[in-house]
Amino acid sequence: MISCILKTQSKILYTFLLALVVSFGAFAQEASEQAEIAQKGVTPGATEGAEVSTGDPAVISAGEALFKNNCAVCHSAGGDVIVGPGLQGVTDKRSESWLISWIKNSQALIQSGDADAVAVYNEYNKQAMPSFAFSDDEVKSILAYIESGQGVVSAPSEGVPGATAGENVGTDAIGAVGGYLDIVLVVLIIVLIVLVVTLLLIASLMKNYLNQNRKLNEYDAEIVNQRFDFSKIYKSKAVRTLVVLIFVVVLLDLTIDKVMGVGIQQGYAPKQPIAFSHKLHAGEHQINCNYCHTTVYESKSASIPSANICMNCHSQIKTESAEIQKIYRAIERNEPIQWVRIHNLPDLAYFNHSQHTQVGGVECQTCHGPIEEMDVVYQYSPLTMGWCIDCHRETPLNTEGNGYYDNLVELHEASSKGAFTVSSNGGTECSKCHY
Amino acid sequence: MQDRIKYWKGIEELENAPEFEKHAHNEFPEFLPVNELEGGESSNGKTRRRDFLKLLGFSMAAVSLASCEAPVRKAIPYLNKPVDVEPGVANWYASTFYLNGDYNSILVKTREGRPIKIEPNPSSGLTPLGTSPKAQGSLMGLYDNNRLRFPLIAGKEAKWEDVDKQIKSRLANVSGKVAFVSSTIISPSTKRLIDEFGSRFGNFEHVTYDANSASALLQANGGVIPGYDFSKANIIVGINADFLGTWVAPVPFAKQYIQTRKVDADNPSMSRHYQFETMLSLTGSNADVRVPIKPSEEAAFVTALHNAVTGQGASSGSAADAKVMAAVVKDLQANRGKALVVCGSNDPGIQAMVKAINTALGAEGTTIDTAAPYFVKQGNDAAMIRLIEEMNAGSVGAVFFFNANPAYNHPLAARVVSGLKKVGLKVSFADRVEETAKFADFVTPDHHYLESWNDFEPKRGYISLSQPVISPIFTTRQMQDSLLVWSDQQTNFYEYMRNNWRSVASGDFNKFWEKAVHDGVLENGTSMLQVSTSTATASTSVRKIQPAGVEAVLYEKVSIGTGEMINNPWLQELPDPVSKATWGNYVAVPRLMAEEMQVVQGDVLKVTFANNESIELPALIQPGQANGTVAIAMGYGRDLEAMPVANGLGANAYPIATVADNAVLYTSGVKLEKTNATSPIAQTQTHHTIMDRIVVQENTLAKYKENPKEVTKYIRLATHEGPAKPATISLWDDYEYKNHHWGMVIDLNSCIGCGSCTMSCNVENNIPVVGKAEVLNRREMHWMRIDRYYSAKEHEEKDYAEMEHPADNPSVIFQPMLCQHCNHAPCETVCPVAATMHSSEGINQMVYNRCVGTRYCANNCPYKVRRFNWFAYANNDKFGFNETMNNDLGKMVLNPDVTVRTRGVMEKCSFCVQRVQLGKLEAKRENRRPQDGDIVTACAQSCPTEAIVFGDMKNPESRISKILARQQGERAFHVLEELNTQPNVTYLTKIRNLA
Repeated sequence: MISCILKTQSKILYTFLLALVVSFGAFAQEASEQAEIAQKGVTPGATEGAEVSTGDPAVISAGEALFKNNCAVCHSAGGDVIVGPGLQGVTDKRSESWLISWIKNSQALIQSGDADAVAVYNEYNKQAMPSFAFSDDEVKSILAYIESGQGVVSAPSEGVPGATAGENVGTDAIGAVGGYLDIVLVVLIIVLIVLVVTLLLIASLMKNYLNQNRKLNEYDAEIVNQRFDFSKIYKSKAVRTLVVLIFVVVLLDLTIDKVMGVGIQQGYAPKQPIAFSHKLHAGEHQINCNYCHTTVYESKSASIPSANICMNCHSQIKTESAEIQKIYRAIERNEPIQWVRIHNLPDLAYFNHSQHTQVGGVECQTCHGPIEEMDVVYQYSPLTMGWCIDCHRETPLNTEGNGYYDNLVELHEASSKGAFTVSSNGGTECSKCHY
Repeated sequence: MQDRIKYWKGIEELENAPEFEKHAHNEFPEFLPVNELEGGESSNGKTRRRDFLKLLGFSMAAVSLASCEAPVRKAIPYLNKPVDVEPGVANWYASTFYLNGDYNSILVKTREGRPIKIEPNPSSGLTPLGTSPKAQGSLMGLYDNNRLRFPLIAGKEAKWEDVDKQIKSRLANVSGKVAFVSSTIISPSTKRLIDEFGSRFGNFEHVTYDANSASALLQANGGVIPGYDFSKANIIVGINADFLGTWVAPVPFAKQYIQTRKVDADNPSMSRHYQFETMLSLTGSNADVRVPIKPSEEAAFVTALHNAVTGQGASSGSAADAKVMAAVVKDLQANRGKALVVCGSNDPGIQAMVKAINTALGAEGTTIDTAAPYFVKQGNDAAMIRLIEEMNAGSVGAVFFFNANPAYNHPLAARVVSGLKKVGLKVSFADRVEETAKFADFVTPDHHYLESWNDFEPKRGYISLSQPVISPIFTTRQMQDSLLVWSDQQTNFYEYMRNNWRSVASGDFNKFWEKAVHDGVLENGTSMLQVSTSTATASTSVRKIQPAGVEAVLYEKVSIGTGEMINNPWLQELPDPVSKATWGNYVAVPRLMAEEMQVVQGDVLKVTFANNESIELPALIQPGQANGTVAIAMGYGRDLEAMPVANGLGANAYPIATVADNAVLYTSGVKLEKTNATSPIAQTQTHHTIMDRIVVQENTLAKYKENPKEVTKYIRLATHEGPAKPATISLWDDYEYKNHHWGMVIDLNSCIGCGSCTMSCNVENNIPVVGKAEVLNRREMHWMRIDRYYSAKEHEEKDYAEMEHPADNPSVIFQPMLCQHCNHAPCETVCPVAATMHSSEGINQMVYNRCVGTRYCANNCPYKVRRFNWFAYANNDKFGFNETMNNDLGKMVLNPDVTVRTRGVMEKCSFCVQRVQLGKLEAKRENRRPQDGDIVTACAQSCPTEAIVFGDMKNPESRISKILARQQGERAFHVLEELNTQPNVTYLTKIRNLA
């Protein structure tokens, strides 16, 4: 009788445990999916700021390009100070003609004794703003861009060029879900331990009680004082085979995993000779990638910026910093800076940046990850052939407006219903990358 | 029964020699020659068990070690990036290559500031199409590790300041004559500078001499080379003049020559080319009618021709067959004003007669442009001989050598050496310590031409420039700058040249100059070069060459020339166009002589010259060589530390050249003796045998005019529905090409066999040099080879009496052979790892990283175009001569867009897929389709005769589509069509204009 009770009890216990594990697993999965979605959302590939249209959009976009390439290094389009003042609302404070003459040659304006000019100059530590050889129309387009408010980012710390504020919720969500999960896990474990301990206690109490207070017949005593014979399991052929099998499978799996991972440097984040922060430059200051990686739209390599590009700004900015002193030293000694290469493709694979950026319209972050959040750059993608091929199979070609593809798109649509992907244009053939 | 043409690649194939049989059946060795290079006991190719285990253990250890940690790699950007240089984007600069007559206006491709490829400059009027193999190979000279890195004083390293101080002080006190010895200089500014430099001295002479001189030609034509224009000639007669290979200006000549030899059914006319010559030259191989003559018969032949054409004197006594002679004379007379006779003889009398023949034929003003003579050879034999005597007499105080090495390449080399000892100041501008520089007090190394500014005028009215495309690698200094320093001028040569150019500039000089530098050429008719012209006409009296038992001729090889670039591994391994021999020179003997002497190929012969010196060289049995003569190439036999690649190769044959009457003759009698030694010649001719299948096709012009549809033989398969094209019966589905379909057409009528394509392919595709030993093992790596077939009509046995032996004067046909990119490729179906596959653009792709080296594909390729990497040719000391892959400087020449293959993988022509990909990318970036001509393979681009046309067969407007549409069913054929491989490479039947 009692044995029956005991049995049922343990059954309930097992069922309970099983249910718990399953539901927990499912929950964890859901949470990680959420996190994944949030993470993907961050890749600002396809995002552009919402268009707040005041004025001609063409003029504004021209102004945007000029702003990002020339002004964004020192000014934000919002209210915060980078080196010079934030430019939000500058058109209300100053007249257009004043701004034009200031941008074209601020020193001349200061020397002419313009009160506003002198005040601004003194306010920002007498840091001279370089002169720009813009036409009046170009200056006006920049002003139109500033006025449109497109460049304004809600919080300066989140920051991809063009990323909208909403996306950052994703990042927060990961944190929130992560914290919540941790608590649930801890509580669960504690509850489980308490449960197990309690059950064991009850079992032992009952056993003692039965042994001492009840006279048990032989059959019942055997059940109550059951001793588990481990040697039986140990000696069982089936179990042995199973254990060996599992061992071999695990070993094989581990080996294959390891071997396949040889040469894959995903997550590789070496220490660089100069602690350059992409988070600061690309994130906070929103300097366009192309400003430093000058050949990314033209060449197979994006090119590591030469020291003279650094000096465009750092001849003026943060000249006291120990890290920037390293650039000066390199220039003085005429020794180039030896950066550690992070993305290493084998020699047998040919990769061309311009094919992807200029022709394919792929954003930098698609492969390089949230570079604008990296203080230390790490390799975001595995850079394996499988990874390349997957993308080539799934990505539709950026054929719009490209005369090269005109006829091909028609031919493809006539013969197939699927998307015209890189692969359907021969993009997974060997000699596209290996020669 | 009609005579059948039999093709063979070499005497051994014709006679089915046992060696040939053995190799033909053993084409694919079973074993891997792991230890072969060590030459140890295990060189029988068998790997012993212990060695195998050792290797196994080592590779396991190496793999596990390698996987522990990836090496840290650096990315080093410029400190201050030059404005024009974008990493990963090639820049092109116009420049000029000129060496001993070989003139090419070129474009230099540079990547990250280092030159990696040379292409023809399409803006040039003289050489817009192709380059010579030497121009392609000259790139390696820039990265030659053995160039001098600093000036030398008495053989010791010195500083430029010390050199300048000492030379200046010694020049100030010089007594006697100051001589400046150079090979031909076609730079107007340099010539002026040398004259100005010399004007300070009381007694100065600029002596020009050429290692292979055209002195007599100049003498007969008033100091210049007549402005030959082969494109206007219907009848061309060449007499010992290899004008397509080495004579005067081969690249412009080839371009002109081929214009009259491109035929299609609408225009079935072509020039007829007669060639009379001693050795079978590249030009002779292309001739419609070729007659072997001895050097001693040349004078009599020219006299007879002269007399027959001008109608003076007796026209008998010619050595040549009376029938041929009559045909030549008849053709010449029927084509007055459209005929041209050229002669390579260095006898002024013969050249005077040739001039008279051309005048009588009305060539001047038609096939000879009298207003625009060539300046590419200006050497004056008499002046040089006089200088050597003066040196020996002790009346020369100082001598400068610029691009001149008379202690090696002058017939009076011994007198030069003895004379040099009596000269007070000897300065050499050589880039390394060669035979003459050894005796110099100062060696002040000149820049490589790719590091220099210079100007050139190869032909009157055709000026070109060269500009530095890399900053000097070593502390060398341009010769012109040295002269400016030594004459205390404050300017540099760049400024000097600019000033010199102001005289021909029009409009704003800076704009004019920038355009000239950008284009690389100035061809508006202005001329700057001053050459010494003489009006004295040479007499037509001929010097008698005494017939000797064995008459030897000294000749230039197409790839090696006179020997300046002998240390260039690329050029060494480029097979000679005719003999297909690599790495070294040899005695070319005719078949009859070999039989009489009982000599077989590779037997070493002792050659004793007139001056009793002797050399030992292996014999090569050369079909077509005139009986009673031998030919030996110049440039070899170097024994210098600064030329490790050329060391020990061949022997110096310059003693063949003799001096008589103040002129150099490149022929003399020699004595031949058989030795017991043998020395194999690394010939590539029978390496990829065709086993008697039809691969080349040729026919006569007469037949072509009759019916163009019958000149090509098409193989048809017998089916129950009657004969069918092989392509209609197939196991496989055909590919559908939507986007591009790349293809190539090779016109066998236009191919002259020069080897530029092979060289260009080597440079573009990082093809390793494997060395003589490996070539002998039939393991050369060239993706593109030019198969040279000899042929003769097979007669029926009954006319045995009239039958001439096929090897005595065979016809020659060249066939560039490369991967045919078959649509039904036999190689693709046998690869167990799918390392070779077909692309959606018709390219047969080879994936090195997938290849495991089974070599099944090579075994299954009927065209024999796949090459296997038997060894690691890169970073392997045993292949140190493969300089492009074995030292840091040499590696700079590698094309960064092409993988350097490793040991154990197969490789082959890729249709320059890197260029195809780049061309498409550029089109996509500009939102357009690629234009025809945007994408050109390296071989097609460097072909001087446009024999190779590459393009998109899907584009109906492309040249290739038009040619194919035009020639289908007439001259277009696929090699081995019966195998139904459906190649993307199409050949056009060769047409001969037989007399």
